[in-house]
Amino acid sequence: MNLAALTLHEASDQLRRREFSSRELTEAVFERIAATDGKVHAYLTLARDAAMEQAKQADQRLKLDQAAAPLLGIPIAVKDNFLTRALRTTCASKILGDFMPPYDATTVGKLRDAGAVIVGKTNLDEFAMGSSAENSAFFSTRNPWNLERIPGGSSGGSAAAVAADQCIAALGTDTGGSIRQPAACCGVVGLKPTYGRVSRYGIIAFASSMDQVGPLAKDVRDAALLLESIAGHDPADSTSAIFAVPQYLEALDGNVKGLRVGVPKEYFVSGMQPEVEQAVRNAIRELEKNGAIIEEISLPHTEYAVAVYYIVATAEASSNLARYDGMRFGHRVDAKDLTETYMISRDEGFGAEVKRRIMLGTYVLSAGYYDAYYLKAQRVRTLIRKDFDDAFKRCDVILTPTAPTAAFKIGEKTQDPLQMYLSDIYTISINLAGLPAISLPCGFDSDGMPIGLQVIGNHFDESTIFRTAHAYEQATEWHKKKPALKNA
Amino acid sequence: MKLTRAEVQRVALLARLRLTAAEESALTEQLDNILGYMDKLNEIDTADIEPFSHASNGVNAFREDRVTNQPNADALLANAPDRDATFFKVPKILE
Repeated sequence: MNLAALTLHEASDQLRRREFSSRELTEAVFERIAATDGKVHAYLTLARDAAMEQAKQADQRLKLDQAAAPLLGIPIAVKDNFLTRALRTTCASKILGDFMPPYDATTVGKLRDAGAVIVGKTNLDEFAMGSSAENSAFFSTRNPWNLERIPGGSSGGSAAAVAADQCIAALGTDTGGSIRQPAACCGVVGLKPTYGRVSRYGIIAFASSMDQVGPLAKDVRDAALLLESIAGHDPADSTSAIFAVPQYLEALDGNVKGLRVGVPKEYFVSGMQPEVEQAVRNAIRELEKNGAIIEEISLPHTEYAVAVYYIVATAEASSNLARYDGMRFGHRVDAKDLTETYMISRDEGFGAEVKRRIMLGTYVLSAGYYDAYYLKAQRVRTLIRKDFDDAFKRCDVILTPTAPTAAFKIGEKTQDPLQMYLSDIYTISINLAGLPAISLPCGFDSDGMPIGLQVIGNHFDESTIFRTAHAYEQATEWHKKKPALKNA
Repeated sequence: MKLTRAEVQRVALLARLRLTAAEESALTEQLDNILGYMDKLNEIDTADIEPFSHASNGVNAFREDRVTNQPNADALLANAPDRDATFFKVPKILE
């Protein structure tokens, strides 16, 4: 049996039954990485020695405490924009150099407290800006289903690592679709929780009004387990919500009878791959067969979401990334005066997409353009949020595709930033509105690439998302399919 | 054209980014294209719409102003590009 292929809940149950040790499980994961990461390139940094030590400690705790947290002894991968104490953190950027964080992100601390084993840090688009993981300053991650395709982004490394069984589950971040779109591309489950549900303390900031941490996993139950482990109020993140964390596993009862499912007509328009539409329509019918009530709804401001997002997100990014001045950490080139020191250090440190977004964000915030772009976008954002508020008066969840196409080819969209931005059309509205949403596998296209179904819930109602996603997953076999890891 | 090359140079200075001539040309064209797409927003009358403020209608979160961390200059200075004892060493600002 290949231990690395287990789901989190399977591995957790079997660890408790002493069928194997955390050391054996962790060893299996590192063997799998050694065998496959030369093709997939999911990891930027591996933490083998520390991981084996954590596994050893987990085995000791497992002997004493059979009722310990479900993450005890489980190998987890972490996207490289989470600060990890004494483990190199790059955000896939040269500007951070060999940054060694002096502290852990709150979510990483929660993993450690629960006894999880941190496998390593996964690749991403630099500063989480991108939809293909091609914007990493180091290398492009490949899609395990076809090594010539992108894994999605920005959490492309985490999604590919889960799909290739190079970890049991992973953490990512999602600002405009960065968990859900790679999950869809790689045929795994990825959840973006409600804004405020999970602490962002120790996450390298991109767009602070939208950034959120969430799980990438092999099935819905695993995603629920992981969310329960990382969610909750954090005094160190004043935007984290004070609401208690529900027991998400209780929602996994397979019962969707009477569930009101909204299907927004604006999400099924020309430009989407016909096989994606077919797979999502089939998924909707499957839920209907199980007793859900399907209703067509309207989210009339959908077509403005990409424009709003790329104003708001770049504005916030230009402000957040102003801190990379090379004074207290990061890349610095000393030049003739301070301004030039800043300009050269930042030129050398940031990649092309990051520069493009800093430029765009600086422009829309600059004198004379603030009202026309930034303020205008924030007003339209209110309308986008209101669309969802109105929709959730009539339905419990909203079903859409996660992305308009399956994973595209590496290099296909790198020359046209606007086309790349449009691959986020189904995910970004959810971040603008602060809502939770999951992507789960719902089929394959004729090239054998996975297709993702997005289930959107109301604020802080991740339970209903899990209920819906789990019921669909129970009725299908998509999540059990594994990539062969061969070239096309 | 919405965006001129001179504006790109002005924004690059505001953003403290050195750009090559080739980057300036490419960015002028790309940003102009993206800003053109954003004009879409002018189709909507937003005169009576409040700008968005917080994704989950949060209210301000107050906490005690209390030190919770232990001093550890070495850990904080470990990533410094340049240091002198327990200080960050930075370029001269005043002539």
